Amino acid sequence: MKNDNNSLKRRHFLTNLTKVVGGIGAVFALIPFLSTMSPSEKTKMAGAPIEIDISAITPGTFKIVEWRGKPVWVVHRTPEMLNIIDSKVDYLADPESSSEMQPLYAQNKYRSVKPEFLVLLGVCTHLGCSPLYKPGENKELGLEWKGGFFCPCHGSKFDLSGRVFKGMPAGTNLEVPPYYFASDTKLIVGEDRAS
Amino acid sequence: MSKFVTWIDQRLPVSKFVRNHLSEYYAPKNFNFFYFFGSLALFVFILQIITGIFLTINYKPDAASAFASVEYIMRDVEWGWLIRYMHSTGASFFFIIIYLHMLRALMYGSYKKPRELLWLFGMFIFVLLMAEAFMGYLLPWGQMSYWGAQVIISLFGAIPFIGESLALWIRGDYVISDATLNRFFAFHVIALPLLLFAVIYLHIAALHTVGSNNPDGVEIKANKNPDGTPVDGIPFHPYYTVKDIFGLAVFLTIFMFVVFFMPEFGGFFLEKDNFVPADPLKTPEHIVPVWYFTPFYAILRAIPDKLGGVIAMGLAIFVLFLMPWIDRCKVKSIRYRSSTYKILLASFVISFIGLGYIGMQAPTPILTALGRAFTLIYFAFFVVLYFTSKNEKTKPVPERVTMHE
Repeated sequence: MKNDNNSLKRRHFLTNLTKVVGGIGAVFALIPFLSTMSPSEKTKMAGAPIEIDISAITPGTFKIVEWRGKPVWVVHRTPEMLNIIDSKVDYLADPESSSEMQPLYAQNKYRSVKPEFLVLLGVCTHLGCSPLYKPGENKELGLEWKGGFFCPCHGSKFDLSGRVFKGMPAGTNLEVPPYYFASDTKLIVGEDRAS
Repeated sequence: MSKFVTWIDQRLPVSKFVRNHLSEYYAPKNFNFFYFFGSLALFVFILQIITGIFLTINYKPDAASAFASVEYIMRDVEWGWLIRYMHSTGASFFFIIIYLHMLRALMYGSYKKPRELLWLFGMFIFVLLMAEAFMGYLLPWGQMSYWGAQVIISLFGAIPFIGESLALWIRGDYVISDATLNRFFAFHVIALPLLLFAVIYLHIAALHTVGSNNPDGVEIKANKNPDGTPVDGIPFHPYYTVKDIFGLAVFLTIFMFVVFFMPEFGGFFLEKDNFVPADPLKTPEHIVPVWYFTPFYAILRAIPDKLGGVIAMGLAIFVLFLMPWIDRCKVKSIRYRSSTYKILLASFVISFIGLGYIGMQAPTPILTALGRAFTLIYFAFFVVLYFTSKNEKTKPVPERVTMHE
């Protein structure tokens, strides 16, 4: 009788051990399946830096280029535009760019290395739509609108430095990608400095 | 013939199955209009599977050729336009049917004991169906396909800590791309339909275990003839098969009219921007999901915080799962419930429709305020119901089902 009990205990122990080991094995077997859904090596390669010729971007104009499949904006700001950025900012949520949406060298009110050139990732920080460039005053966008970027999806507004207005669906300023000027006319996006 | 049937039955009890689920499966005799939508939903599901199979024969799940292959189906494949319009119209009608099917459950308390599990399976079907529709909408690779998917996948990015890597994993790329299209195709044509099949099977199995509710909310199994059949029940076949076939005929008349004469349905079923190929560098002026998602989309937009909006939207769906435990009133049917419940349900339906309208419009301050009010009413329905349903003043429920005329 005692012997029977012991063998039953042993059998339960072995059964439970099999369940646990089998369960762990099944979980590890999931890894290759789930990993196939991560970005492939080829996709990661496509994230390499790009070169942009900025000589053709005259003051006040705007250019879109593609980097990692996302739109990158280069805006050549006029002195008037820079004046607007200098003026009062009480309608902005984060005028000093304290959140980490830019490299350190772009953490200023112009959010750029050279004040006249703004480089931004054209992806709304709310849900990833691409906002529209709306320079100049526009009554439809409110009285404080002095030009900037307007997201058509959920109505987020950003000023000419990509700084978000207060009370918008988007919580943070637009992201500044890593970039540097290789020469006066050559802009490299996707890298901080020539390595 | 009977020898053949006997031979089969000895090996697989087919006759017994037919008796249990059709010829001797008793359903309440007082079904009304709202009881068409279960069988119609099943019909549309099968229609989507069949039209879907024939679409995959000519469709190419490749970012470079997907848009063109859909146009090829529309213009060059014989009868391709019909198959595709049946599939796209079927998606919208599926949701019309499911929403009415769910409203029926809310009206007659069909989620209450002993049908809680039946309701939960139904809710799982609803969630799977939303995923199925969302992924299917990416496949034509139009502007709205692309940017709609961009917005919805970004929702996952709002989850703290893991959000960004989760969104990256879902897309398989830094943006919506060929990788995303290919996996959505796999989910849309095989993974989700298989899951749907399984859960629909469980839904019907659970239904046939507890039996259908009815507009009076009376349990017909409580009142039986000497032979054990419910006094207020009639065999599903032939009575309800004939009724359902009639319903199907009426449905198909309306459905095929839309397929033939107004398949885009004024931009509601097929949005205008989706006739432009996807362009990752240019967002359409005004992004809206297809109409059946707009109520939840309006809730998302109503909250002025990204994570908060995502949570509210998720909660709006999740809270429906809990209906059997939120509604604590013992009386099932709205016919014998208090005016409080009638007002609550009516305001819930109005807020749902209102949210659906607001979700389609461009954001303006007035609509945002209205959207917030409707969102509040939407959630208030559940909260108020939880507190009022416990001691609700109800009317006496009859012993037997009632038949009008």
